[in-house]
Amino acid sequence: MAFVLSPDAPIRSWLAELDAQIERSSTFFAGRPIVVDLTSIPQSDPDLETLFDELRARGIRVIGAEGADGLTPAIQSVGGPLIGGKPLGLYEVPDDPPEAPPPPEPTSMVLDEPVRSGQTILFPQGDLTIYGSVASGAEIIAGGSLHVYGTLRGRAIAGVTGNSQARIFCRKLEAELISIDGLYMTAEDMDGFRGKSIHARLDGSSIIINEIK
Amino acid sequence: MAKVLVVTSGKGGVGKTTSTAALGAALAKSGKKVVVVDFDVGLRNLDIVMGAERRVVFDMINVIQGEANLGQALIRDKRVETLSILPASQTRDKDALTSEGVAKVIAELREKFDWVICDSPAGIERGASLAMHHADVAVIVTNPEVSSVRDSDRIIGLLDSKTEMAAKGGRIEKHLLLTRFDTVRAARGDMLKTEDVLEILSIPLLGIIPESTEVLRASNLGTPVVLSNPDSAPARAYFDAARRLEGQVVPMVVPGEKRSFMTRLFGRRVA
Repeated sequence: MAFVLSPDAPIRSWLAELDAQIERSSTFFAGRPIVVDLTSIPQSDPDLETLFDELRARGIRVIGAEGADGLTPAIQSVGGPLIGGKPLGLYEVPDDPPEAPPPPEPTSMVLDEPVRSGQTILFPQGDLTIYGSVASGAEIIAGGSLHVYGTLRGRAIAGVTGNSQARIFCRKLEAELISIDGLYMTAEDMDGFRGKSIHARLDGSSIIINEIK
Repeated sequence: MAKVLVVTSGKGGVGKTTSTAALGAALAKSGKKVVVVDFDVGLRNLDIVMGAERRVVFDMINVIQGEANLGQALIRDKRVETLSILPASQTRDKDALTSEGVAKVIAELREKFDWVICDSPAGIERGASLAMHHADVAVIVTNPEVSSVRDSDRIIGLLDSKTEMAAKGGRIEKHLLLTRFDTVRAARGDMLKTEDVLEILSIPLLGIIPESTEVLRASNLGTPVVLSNPDSAPARAYFDAARRLEGQVVPMVVPGEKRSFMTRLFGRRVA
């Protein structure tokens, strides 16, 4: 089965429409045999001579032409007029399926390793969960909340992108410093909560620590 | 298949060189071909601890710079046939260690020996990072003190991120060697508890070496403690550690732990 393209005059604007269709159906014409129906094109059209070159340049494989008034060199170049073809009805060129949208950026990160002294883990996109301890001299920084399922000995800095709703959770508090949205608290101010499971949040302009029981 | 082991700690004075010599000698006594390599260019000590300081002609820097070949620089131990030492240079500094040169030396040593034990300098700078770079296994030497533990934690982080193994997406095998464990201070509660150190560092325990005058004497004699007094408590602890490095399961002995009648009945406690 061959597909029939039926250009109409003026050829230039028809080619522009064809280009638009190719844009939407990038692979449709690849490898398909195409017959060009010249019924609507007067033989005197000056663009007729270059029509087949234009089609070839678009990767369209023309196997013949039909409906032409006469035998021009251009028609000869595609093998002359075809006869005996039977139309099977109109075919709508399908558009390419729309591209899948990119997956959303993750808004949380989980680490399975302890954070060692001297290391900084920075995750400004959202919540950071550490399944392990955070060593003295280590730093964990998140745009959202921080969750430490181990001992927090280093520094924990939450809500670093200006998120006052961020919180800090840890299973055992031995931190050197905790901070939420720019406000911070050093170890000396956490005395009552050392060694405990805690939850820290912001209340106005102060950090409130609660023990998790 | 040869294994490259780095003995490292971050902090100085915790017993890296002593442990390198003792583990090297213990592994060599079990029949393995072992070389101990001093990476402390400019402050070399391993040759003294091994009793080879008068036999150094060429060193690793000479080999790296093409002034000697590896065979000329290697010193064979007089007591254990399968043990060799590759000394560091005392007159140069750590900039003389190039990463290509170290890679070449380590590759050559891998062909000749079963164990290549690298004695890392203290710190986290060039010398230490080159010593750990090619390692398959790391022994982290730690004293039961807060500063030593934190430095070890830092080193573990570097072992997991800056080594060749880490760059290839692998995991370096890590072991904790607790040294200078003072039984008297432990009984008084002056030191960090073993379980606290293990909780902070979260790597498996290779051994606990008791603080002992035997170790100091051995270092000054230039004989690793496993050779000078193989029946002493520290020597036995090093022998056990060496067996664990070889993959054997050896019960852990905690120095000076008072064993009650019950625990004596029901076996040793494992830290």
